[in-house]
Amino acid sequence: MRKLKVYLLTGRTIEQGKAKEFGKTSNLYKDSVAVCYIDPSDMKTLGIKSNTPVKVSTDFGSVVVRAEKSSRGSHPGVVYIPYGPWANQVVDPETHGIGMPSFKGVPAVLEPVPGEKVKEIEELLRDSFGEGSKR
Amino acid sequence: MRKIENVICPVCGSLCDDITVYVEDNRVVEVENTCAVGRAKFLNYGLHRKPKPLIRKNGELKEASIEEAVRRSAEILTESKYPILYGWSSTSCEAIRVGLELAEEVGGIIDNTSTVCHGPSILSIQDVGIPSCTLGQLRHRADLVIYWGSDPYSAHPRHIERYTVFSEGRFQKSGWRSFIRRLSGKLVKKRLSRVAELILRRKLTFPEEKYALPPYFISEEERKLVVVDVRKTRTAEVADYFLQVKPNTDYEVLQALRMLVNDQDLEVDEVAGIPVKTLEDLADLMISCDLGILFFGVGLTMSKGKLRNVDAALSLVRDLNKRTKFLIMPMRGHYNVTGANVVFTWQTGYPYAVDFSLGYPRYNPGETSVVDILRRGECDAGLVIASDPVSNFPASAAKTLVDNPLIVIDPDVTPTSMMADVVFPSAYIGIEAEGTAYRMDHVPLRLKKVVEPPPNCLPDQEILARILREVRRIRRG
Amino acid sequence: MALLIRNGYVYDPMNGIDGEKMDILVEGGKIVDKLKSAEYEVIDASGMIVMPGGVDIHSHIAGSEVNAGRLLRPEDHAKDVELKTEITRSGVGYSVPSTFTTGYRYAKMGYTTVMNPSMPPLEAKHTHEELCDTPIIDKATYPLLGDWWFVLEYLRDGKIEECALHVAWMLYATKGYAIKIVNPGGLEAWGFGRNVRDIDDPVPYFNVTPREIIRGLCKVNKLLHLPHTIHVHTNNLGKPGNYETTLQTMKCVEDLSSGDKPCIHITHCQFSAFKGVDWREFYSGAEDIAKYVNFHKHVTMDMGQVIFTDTTTMTADGPFQYILHELTGNKWVNHDVETETSSGIVPFRYRRRSYVHSIQWCIGLELALLIRNPWRIFLTTDHPNAGPFTSYPQVIGWLISRKAREETLSKLNKRARETALLPSIDREYSLYEVAIATRAGQARALGLKDKGHLGVGGDADIAIYDVDPRKIGPSTQYDEYVKAFSKAAYTIKEGEIVVRNGEVVKVLDGKTYWVKVSSNSEYEVSEDMKRRFTEYWTVQFDNYPVSEAYLKRSKPVQVESEV
Repeated sequence: MRKLKVYLLTGRTIEQGKAKEFGKTSNLYKDSVAVCYIDPSDMKTLGIKSNTPVKVSTDFGSVVVRAEKSSRGSHPGVVYIPYGPWANQVVDPETHGIGMPSFKGVPAVLEPVPGEKVKEIEELLRDSFGEGSKR
Repeated sequence: MRKIENVICPVCGSLCDDITVYVEDNRVVEVENTCAVGRAKFLNYGLHRKPKPLIRKNGELKEASIEEAVRRSAEILTESKYPILYGWSSTSCEAIRVGLELAEEVGGIIDNTSTVCHGPSILSIQDVGIPSCTLGQLRHRADLVIYWGSDPYSAHPRHIERYTVFSEGRFQKSGWRSFIRRLSGKLVKKRLSRVAELILRRKLTFPEEKYALPPYFISEEERKLVVVDVRKTRTAEVADYFLQVKPNTDYEVLQALRMLVNDQDLEVDEVAGIPVKTLEDLADLMISCDLGILFFGVGLTMSKGKLRNVDAALSLVRDLNKRTKFLIMPMRGHYNVTGANVVFTWQTGYPYAVDFSLGYPRYNPGETSVVDILRRGECDAGLVIASDPVSNFPASAAKTLVDNPLIVIDPDVTPTSMMADVVFPSAYIGIEAEGTAYRMDHVPLRLKKVVEPPPNCLPDQEILARILREVRRIRRG
Repeated sequence: MALLIRNGYVYDPMNGIDGEKMDILVEGGKIVDKLKSAEYEVIDASGMIVMPGGVDIHSHIAGSEVNAGRLLRPEDHAKDVELKTEITRSGVGYSVPSTFTTGYRYAKMGYTTVMNPSMPPLEAKHTHEELCDTPIIDKATYPLLGDWWFVLEYLRDGKIEECALHVAWMLYATKGYAIKIVNPGGLEAWGFGRNVRDIDDPVPYFNVTPREIIRGLCKVNKLLHLPHTIHVHTNNLGKPGNYETTLQTMKCVEDLSSGDKPCIHITHCQFSAFKGVDWREFYSGAEDIAKYVNFHKHVTMDMGQVIFTDTTTMTADGPFQYILHELTGNKWVNHDVETETSSGIVPFRYRRRSYVHSIQWCIGLELALLIRNPWRIFLTTDHPNAGPFTSYPQVIGWLISRKAREETLSKLNKRARETALLPSIDREYSLYEVAIATRAGQARALGLKDKGHLGVGGDADIAIYDVDPRKIGPSTQYDEYVKAFSKAAYTIKEGEIVVRNGEVVKVLDGKTYWVKVSSNSEYEVSEDMKRRFTEYWTVQFDNYPVSEAYLKRSKPVQVESEV
């Protein structure tokens, strides 16, 4: 399958803002943040359509999210995942000595992964963190 | 049905205080004047909430009494050598004051969400200073409004209509008129070119100069909206001018503008792909305005350069004050993150990342900031309030939080509360409890209580006060 | 708690007591002439000075301006820390201390009442929140009204009574104590980056002059019978040659005074007493100012004494603070407040080898020494603008001892030393005069009836300093006095011993004073104002006022007004 080198941005969207008020365990929330907005020309290059699974990989991890055509174009080579547990699987935790991780502008690789599923929040947390601290 | 006016919306840093709320049977049933996010909050708060305190026993979260939860929390904090107390940006100042006392009592680190948001901005402000104002000054006076790395339509939806381009001020009219004119102009142009295409029987192309400023810019008296971003955001769509910059190049562009404002020559043809001519026009625009404002968001603080980007922006605006009146303001996200900075500063001298472990406040972001401490695995317990770091921190940092005893105080269920050892459901500030919050421009407002909270959901302030009392009791006896 | 303070040398100028050895009796938080309770604590004040608790008429300790200063200066805090103790909270200094530290440090010097002089009305809640976290001392704060749009418009139209009604409302809404005026007209001009040149330069867009603002608010002050006079930071502050503006400012309300009562207070006058044309041709205008004050009864002022140290300037004078930034290149914070005022913060170091700073140092002391009536000139450093309040004892040393002044002079810039007037001034303050300059005079100017004296019925706010005035000569052994005044042997607040031997032993909450005007006409803001409210501000009318809940211990001072 084709792979594409991109810059990953994470941030707020109005959908994510609204959806979080419905509760972070809701489907609405998951749909608003387990998504990757991709420039239409990049989607063409990769041969994918909206609403299909893609894997975003960085030096720090990888995550499967839903691909969505970006209406904020044109921004080839730049993809956007809204804030949330999915985005935070792959951002750069390096704070450069000032306390702030690198949430924007992280080099990433984008590849379509047909057949793979986007994890539910409970599964994502379990796989990431185990069952929580042992006591 | 009760109608309550002048309610303050507890969501984002705009802190709109003109909300009308309709209450029936102790539930908000309708709201007026909110944006979509505010509306979602007022009408859906607590839908999934578990209104009883929880304690993790044998790996599972079980219901408990408030007293048990308080005792367990106090035990966790007193047994810990270096606890972190994190969050604070979505709770009241009254609660933050108790939180600081608690952090001092247990000798821990207290940090708020600035640490992953505008912390770098604060660091730059501490180096450069900041020429700023309250939002009303802009409503009255600003004729040039720039949003750089910030998309109000996504995060502060009513910002533009309440405070900047589409608001009405004493010295400046709303920019609605010119926006409608431009929109109609675009529509007319579209229709005319369709007709022309039908007549000429071929497609028309208009050579578009990607970076050129619109010709009417310098001459027009009305308010102008400029957006600088890496993608064409929703806000960019209503802007008079949108400048697209490549990711991680804001620093060069800001410094280049600064050179131009200081009458220095740029010896290159383009900066980060933007032609110098465009930058010169932009600099002219900034110098010739009556009062300009530069709003900036996490687009600057989170990308390469971080605080240096903000440094460049602050210095640019400071330098502009030699030529005209120019101000700058960070777009603060949560409704009381400014309040968290304000209260931290007056009580400890420092705005975030405060370490009490030596018995006095110490401040050194990078060392005393929460993400760094978590990454180094130095803390051994955590109290998280009004925040969701498990969702919002890089996973490797969140892991340390989760691997240690964790107390969570939150009105709702979040990924963080799902991983906690003690959970306190709290009352929603601004809906079920009163409290003071500070708007992004430091204006303090008192959030109202419009409904009663469920019986076990106490205000944050009260929960923290009980934990503090219990901590002191354990220490004494 | 009842106390018997025995055998101290008491200085109580309001009651004419000048170092008499006498006992002071305290019960129920007040000074009494007889103790009712059988149990009381005895403080042996033999060989010690007993004075009323210190009163500070002008010190920036709370609010958005001050907090911006705190934020700006982590480097200032790192060098001066306070550890948490059993009874006190931790904190930091140096020039902009955190709130708990501020309260403790004032108390340690024997001060018990402090006025915060600069409160932007829109952000009043912030000021009161901070004051609540400032322990021990009693406090009050002054809302900035000199550039408020309602004031500018009503005074332009000559509507003094409407103006007065709205000022009364503002004092109520902000829980304020007095009318503060800073660079009148200049702050509104600064909204677009401009300033006003003198007191007759009209404010852009508003067509009213600073003279009209000052006179108008002076009349309003009289109509409302406010306990303090208008509190004025003059136009052209910090500009060489500005002593003329200051003279004009004082003159412009000459005809508005009644009898011997002051009707204007010029604050931190040192910054407004510059003679000359630029930073080279720069001299002290103190003599001219003092001459005027000596012949006119309607003015009080405070020094704004310079201390040679690294400090932080912060005032509501936006344009001046910008100039300071340009002069020094230091980091600069600016905060304009819609419809009302502005502010600016710039770190600043006063250097002994600088000619200008040395003259500035002389000016403050010249004012204090040349103005003959000690009830007219008070000790301040405009904390932190000219120096931190913890330097007050140092200033006392300079006032009581010529030798102390000479010591400092010997280290100053040579040209200043040789050309200034100060070296030739012999006068030394007596301890009686010190008590006026640091307590009695300030309390009287503020109209605080229960403060600044040790008469029966007064608040039991008392400071006891361990230095024997009969044995230790202030003139020659001034450093004993400086030491004693830095570290009170006892500070008593409302009859409770809060400081012993310079250490805080008990923490309590002080009261917040504010003025409640009851008027003859309806005590209501006009419909006109309500309607225009949301046009002028970005907050709703209902959300603007500060409720009493923001004050831990609210102490309204009732006044009867004439409107």
